[in-house]
Amino acid sequence: MDNLDLARWQFAITTVYHFLFVPITIGLSAIVAGYHTAWVRTRKPEYLRLTKWLGKLFTINFALGLVTGIVQEFQFGMNWSDYSRFVGDIFGAPLAFEALLAFFLESTFLGLWIFGWGRIPERLHAWTMWIVHIGTVLSAYFILAANSFMQNPVGYRFNPESGRAEMADFVAVLVNKVQLVTFPHVILSSYMTGGAVVVGVALWHYLRRGPIADRDREMYRKAVRVGAIVSLVASLGVVVTGDLQGKVMTEVQPMKMAAAEGLYHTEKSAPFSILTIGSLDGQNATRVIEVPGLLSFLGTGSFGGEVKGIRDVQADYQQRYAGNARTADKATNYVPNIPTTYWTFRLMMGVGFVSMALSALALWATRKGTTPPSGRWWRHVVIWSPLLPVFAISFGWIFTEVGRQPWIVFGEMTTANGVSPSVPAWSVLVSMAVYTLLYGALMVVEVKLFLKYTRVGAEPADTDTPAESGEDKPLVFAY
Amino acid sequence: MELTVIWFILIAVLWTGYFVLEGFDFGVGMLLPILGKGRDELDTDNRRRVLLNTIGPHWDGNEVWVLTAGGATFAAFPHWYATLFSGFYLPLLLILVALIIRNMGFEYRHKRDDDQWRRNWDLCIIVGSFLPALLWGVAFANIVAGVPINADKEYTGNLFTLLNPLGLLGGVTTLLLFLTHGAVFVALKTSGEIREEARALAWKVGIAAAVVAVVFLVWVMMLTGNTGSWILAVLAAVALVVGLLMTRLGRDGLAFTGTAAAIALAVWALFTALFPDVMPSSTDPAWSLTHENAASTDLTLKIMTGAAVVFTPIVLAYTAWTYWIFRKRISTHHIPPAHEPREVGELEAEHVAAGEVGGAHRDR
Ligand code: HDD
Ligand code: HEM
Ligand code: HEM
Repeated sequence: MDNLDLARWQFAITTVYHFLFVPITIGLSAIVAGYHTAWVRTRKPEYLRLTKWLGKLFTINFALGLVTGIVQEFQFGMNWSDYSRFVGDIFGAPLAFEALLAFFLESTFLGLWIFGWGRIPERLHAWTMWIVHIGTVLSAYFILAANSFMQNPVGYRFNPESGRAEMADFVAVLVNKVQLVTFPHVILSSYMTGGAVVVGVALWHYLRRGPIADRDREMYRKAVRVGAIVSLVASLGVVVTGDLQGKVMTEVQPMKMAAAEGLYHTEKSAPFSILTIGSLDGQNATRVIEVPGLLSFLGTGSFGGEVKGIRDVQADYQQRYAGNARTADKATNYVPNIPTTYWTFRLMMGVGFVSMALSALALWATRKGTTPPSGRWWRHVVIWSPLLPVFAISFGWIFTEVGRQPWIVFGEMTTANGVSPSVPAWSVLVSMAVYTLLYGALMVVEVKLFLKYTRVGAEPADTDTPAESGEDKPLVFAY
Repeated sequence: MELTVIWFILIAVLWTGYFVLEGFDFGVGMLLPILGKGRDELDTDNRRRVLLNTIGPHWDGNEVWVLTAGGATFAAFPHWYATLFSGFYLPLLLILVALIIRNMGFEYRHKRDDDQWRRNWDLCIIVGSFLPALLWGVAFANIVAGVPINADKEYTGNLFTLLNPLGLLGGVTTLLLFLTHGAVFVALKTSGEIREEARALAWKVGIAAAVVAVVFLVWVMMLTGNTGSWILAVLAAVALVVGLLMTRLGRDGLAFTGTAAAIALAVWALFTALFPDVMPSSTDPAWSLTHENAASTDLTLKIMTGAAVVFTPIVLAYTAWTYWIFRKRISTHHIPPAHEPREVGELEAEHVAAGEVGGAHRDR
């Protein structure tokens, strides 16, 4: 493997890993903030208990999102220095904005929230978590604006003198039409994930056998319902925005849409297959189950619409991009890896739908007056169920990024041209080995701790913590 | 003033913020084994927890200064970002690993009451604080002194190019400065025994730091200094000495101001010596990256300036407010007992053992 392959694998591994934790952070922060506000307003002890319990799970998860994010910030310069030189004038700004507007907010206010018990007025305290949530959403906005620029570069001008893309219109970068559909899709899928986490952990307690006070069981039952409603509503939004994304994508990256189906020839009323066997190289694929016209609908909004096939798009691109070193040197093949795009697209939707169905099921199973089904295997299913939307999100990203290949900035620069020329392959290999081992170890620790605190449950909380603890009293919360 | 000059200054400000703020929390992390050494296991743990709680609400915010410095460099000086980060690859990797294990230590250490667990995370915090405290100094000494860079703005050295005597001295300087700064911070934020010990330690380490820092700064100034940077370097030394004297006198607030000013002035001296380059090339001065040839376009710099003008004061305001909220000194008697999370299964088993709950009840 040369340093290009290594850098690509490294980027894929570290980014997907970062994004396992981020959606939970975004979604769960909103729910914790909601419970905190509910407690301040109603003073029902249950709300405080849930705030503290879910808040602990939140911080356990946040830690990993944080540390893996630091790697992301530096990785562009380390492994993709030519890319950084080429796009820095445009791409750097959203990254800097993210740090200045979002990261400071998140980290400072999370510190206030964690250590604020008994030290800041209650109302303000609940607000600090809302501010953390706002920080996470802002963070997502700016980073997705950066990514959308790579998917569909706008608001720039190529300067032949400096040999780089230069800013022409920053607002255009921030309201890129890809960004406008990507941001809601990502945020809603994060709420879906946050809700699913609450369903998973609360349902586990609701279904648990053994002595549990009726009051507690009722608390968990309600929490399941809150999580399920958040998740279900968000998932409807995910489907709607996903459909919109499909249309924008067909417009700006026709190759990706064709790759999503493995559609080799341009077709009117193109079908969407749910299962295909045989190779996906256009030779002898057999679509086993297919829905006629659905791909056309996803891409164009009409069941009879025309979807361009891979061969035609390839011929198109070859004509358009030939004869430019940045866009056509080694990569005269503009077709991404078809099996990957084909399957990840299906898995995103499929796994997402299963997750949706589980939320609906959870809602139905926790109706008033029902007795919870007991059975060990149920609890095992339930505790791992939040992984479904997390996986859906990973599949979605792998689809999005692999489908963009061979471009790093669509139509402007190929991935092969973006890699750091002066970094030897062995350095990338070393860092890859280090991250893989470290991330692997951290994952084991994280999951164990997360499960431990899940099983601890919402402990009885001291509801009348004084707003200001006395000079010599122990701290309410301490490391 | 030209926008590229303004951004050179702003990048210097961001690194100043980073070293002044994260400097003391690196210091506190490094001091765990020294100030956090008690009479017995429990006392040791309580002392360490006092230390960690002084920086608990702040370390993450402090760290964002480096993320902002990175992002701002990317936006304002893409070539600087690209050359520096791809060139200093392995030291940066070490810094990243250090920051990762250290942050995990802060967040996870208190989540279980288990000696082995705590010892492991303590080690992560200590190593994770030492490494960056050393390596940032190595990196900056090399940036200012110049490294091999070719006509394509690519770094052509390797890891060992950076480990030259001046680089290593730079590393030891930041290490000792941060240790001193950390000890002074602990003196400011704690009461009782730890405070006295921190103050004594600050004095001892501080003298060593002052000596090493003076040698380092004089060396750099002789190499590339100008009048402005010489003045700043001298002021840095004065601030450090004043800070140490204040520690001696028990004026913790002034002492902290002194060490903070010393670090800030030293960073300013280095950046002033660096100007107008951002990364001088030791291969051929014509290939040096400067604040002009490494910069973004004026439009990008204008947008960034607008954002910096509006948002930096806001960030500074809420950061300052946070320090105000958590201004109280803490000591061992503020530390609540450690708490091992108890899983419902364990509680249940206890109830059953105590005969409170019958077996039949369990299978609802
Ligand atoms: C819980 C997660 C989840 C679920 C259930 C779905 N998606 Fe999705 N999808 C994502 C999570 C996601 C994502 C991870 O958030 C992506 C990756 C990049 C992006 O913008 O969002 C994504 C990307 C993505 C893209 C690629 C956009 C591009 O490359 O420009 C399309 C076309 C869709 N989605 C469409 C859908 C449709 C039609 C869905 C359901 C019917 C759907 N998604 C369900
Ligand atoms: C602003 C956000 C993002 C940016 C700027 C970005 C940028 C990049 C870059 C530079 C590459 C390298 C090109 C390559 O390896 O082919 C890449 C590849 C990749 N990224 Fe992203 N990415 C972003 C978000 C994400 C997220 C959130 C994920 C998933 C969680 C993701 C998943 C991947 C994957 C899987 C690849 C590998 C594709 C391949 O190598 O074929 N990316 N992305
Ligand atoms: C590849 C580009 C990315 C970079 C450079 C990056 C950078 C970072 C950094 C440095 C942090 C730590 C912040 C702190 O110290 O508090 C972080 C955390 C975070 N990032 Fe990313 N990130 C990337 C991808 C993404 C994407 C695509 C999203 C959202 C859609 C995202 C959302 C977040 C959120 C919400 C957090 C804070 C929550 C947490 O720690 O779990 N990031 N990121």
